Amino acid sequence: MIEQLLQHISIPTLMCLIPLLPLLGAIANGKMYLFSTRSQWKPSHALSGTIAVVMPLISFLIVAVLFYIAMGLEDSHSVSTGPLFTWFGGTQWAVTIGLKLDQLSLIMALVVTGVGSLIHLYSVGYMSHDDGFAKYFAYLNLFLFFMLLLILGDSLPLMFVGWEGVGLCSYLLIGFWFTDIEKAKAGKKAFIVNRIGDFGFVLGIFFIWQALQPTAQPGDAILSFSYISTHAAFLAPVATAATLLLFLGATGKSAQIPLYVWLPDAMAGPTPVSALIHAATMVTAGIYMVARLNFLFVLAPTTLNVIAIVGCATAFFAATMGLVQDDIKKVLAYSTVSQLGFMFLALGVGAFSVAIFHVMTHAFFKALLFLGSGSVIHAMDGEQRLSMYGGLRKHLPVTFTTFLIGTLAIAGIWPFAGFFSKDAILWHVYSSGHFWLWLIATLAAGLTAFYMFRLVGLAFFGKRNPAGPHHVHPENSVTMLLPLVVLAVLSIIGGWVGVPHAMGGHDHIMTWLAPLFPTALHEAGNESTELFMGLGSMTWGAIWAIIAWILYSQHRGWADQMAARFKRCYTLLVNLYYVDQIYDAVVVQPLLWFSRSVLWQTVDAVLIDKILVGGSARIARLFGRVGTAMETGLVPHYVFLLVLGSVVVLGWMIL
Amino acid sequence: MEITVHHYIVISCLLFIIGIFGVLTRRNLLIILMSVELMLSAANLALVAFSRFSSHLDGQVAVLFVFIIAAAEAAVGLGIVIAAFRHTSGVRVTSWKELKG
Repeated sequence: MIEQLLQHISIPTLMCLIPLLPLLGAIANGKMYLFSTRSQWKPSHALSGTIAVVMPLISFLIVAVLFYIAMGLEDSHSVSTGPLFTWFGGTQWAVTIGLKLDQLSLIMALVVTGVGSLIHLYSVGYMSHDDGFAKYFAYLNLFLFFMLLLILGDSLPLMFVGWEGVGLCSYLLIGFWFTDIEKAKAGKKAFIVNRIGDFGFVLGIFFIWQALQPTAQPGDAILSFSYISTHAAFLAPVATAATLLLFLGATGKSAQIPLYVWLPDAMAGPTPVSALIHAATMVTAGIYMVARLNFLFVLAPTTLNVIAIVGCATAFFAATMGLVQDDIKKVLAYSTVSQLGFMFLALGVGAFSVAIFHVMTHAFFKALLFLGSGSVIHAMDGEQRLSMYGGLRKHLPVTFTTFLIGTLAIAGIWPFAGFFSKDAILWHVYSSGHFWLWLIATLAAGLTAFYMFRLVGLAFFGKRNPAGPHHVHPENSVTMLLPLVVLAVLSIIGGWVGVPHAMGGHDHIMTWLAPLFPTALHEAGNESTELFMGLGSMTWGAIWAIIAWILYSQHRGWADQMAARFKRCYTLLVNLYYVDQIYDAVVVQPLLWFSRSVLWQTVDAVLIDKILVGGSARIARLFGRVGTAMETGLVPHYVFLLVLGSVVVLGWMIL
Repeated sequence: MEITVHHYIVISCLLFIIGIFGVLTRRNLLIILMSVELMLSAANLALVAFSRFSSHLDGQVAVLFVFIIAAAEAAVGLGIVIAAFRHTSGVRVTSWKELKG
């Protein structure tokens, strides 16, 4: 069947269709929404929903077909359109537009289109009561377009276009309900914080461009990944600076210390958006970028160390912040930040394929958890406080079951997906000799199990809080339940593609990705140690999970007592280490002060308005006054001036 | 004492300055016109003197032109003065402030 398809349509055309179909969907839905604002006609939910779901679904099918084709290829497992056209350039170099699917981008594209399609489907049910239905799907499809551009683009500038595009869509969707000023502010915060990271990204690109420019022959696409990788040797002098700047970009997009602050606030958007953008896909762009440029990052051991430390610190601190959140989505948000930290930790110790593996499994179970939380919020009339829930497992059986599967997966319980990827990260950190990072990461993994089971205990077990909503809407929307079930299945089996040899598996994903990444930077450890540590980390997670479950579903009083006992720690955590306040005091307030009293009141009001604008007017008026005084209308005066002028001119000429 | 070109130039300058002085100080239009004629004559005198002492005729030709222009100018000037006199019943230049915007 695939051969028949390929007779009619070439692989490059298929590849171009992958990002273009969601763009088409975005344009169609956007046009319909704009049209409906100016007329009586409203697009039916069925119409815009179908367009929005079908487009990514076709993209997913195309990616799957290409995946099948690439698997069959002997040498490189990658397909590419080659340069489609020249975007811009100089006499010596050019930037071309081209798409490329190799082992890495195929996995990412499968995850993005697959999970993306499911979340689109879920959104049809979740957003069914919203007025901006068509607008929402226009944004969501546009996001997929940019994300696919980011993944499929074969050069840094094209990746940057996708990078900025997903940032834009993220802003639009966080502030989707912009009539609520807090939500609009959250969107703005995400956008501004991301700008700081993007600044680093652009500078990193400039560094690479500058270093590669002397090597270019006319017409060379010097910023394409293939060119950079073959000329990596020329980049050695700037590698540390360039990679550090690129990593700054990654900390913005992937919510790492110090730029993670936008992600928890991003939960203001509709829940499916949190699932798609702020958990499963966009935030992994930073990890994808580092993995994509791995040949560059291995030239800079300093940067890799920085990445490992930042990732580890983020994983730990975000996990502690997740311990005390009352908002169900905030718990998941900090959990996302923490999991992204794990991925960066893996990148930092050189285990690139492990990081991508965790990106994949995380996309499954985090999307599942977010959609599950969306289902809970939907059933509870928009109530997001965990303290208002309780005992929901009887009311929402499907949500409860799938949510529990997601929780087991993220907690790293065998045989769920998260176990294999998280265990692989911990193992690689340990076997590469970063003992302290390993210790902290293990602690963070335990905390992950704890806060997730705390969430489950608070929401689904125990008794209903009488202060909460009285009526629990039953879960009966197929469009919302189907994605939950599919993602739950993926959360169970998704990790099986990466069962390590030590546990009797074949580690397919590592073998698949191996050609792209440098061979391990360190000696692989002992297999029996690996097996032992796998068992250990699962037991470790299980212990924390059981503690949390007992504390928050059986004996809630104990948890309150503990909070009272460690009051200072608890206050510190509830206030999120005062990071927002510190940023406000150190960055925002000085900037505001500078803008207000220096730029506005001094530079603008005094220098520009009074001195430059007002001053020039005053000088012109002065001349005008003199001129007016001279104009008497009396001929003798004019003649006198004429003579005076003549005398002056003559005197000038003679002397 | 031999009369040189300097004497003529000095006379010419004196006549010109008297003319300027008359134009600037007098309020009577007729006298201003006469002062203008005096300035023209001073220029003529200088031209003739230079012509005479450099034995070229160009200056004297220029003087003939100036005479003709002066005659035309006097005619137009007097015409304006008469028109103005009818308009304002006076020839005092200070009573005319129409030029002030």
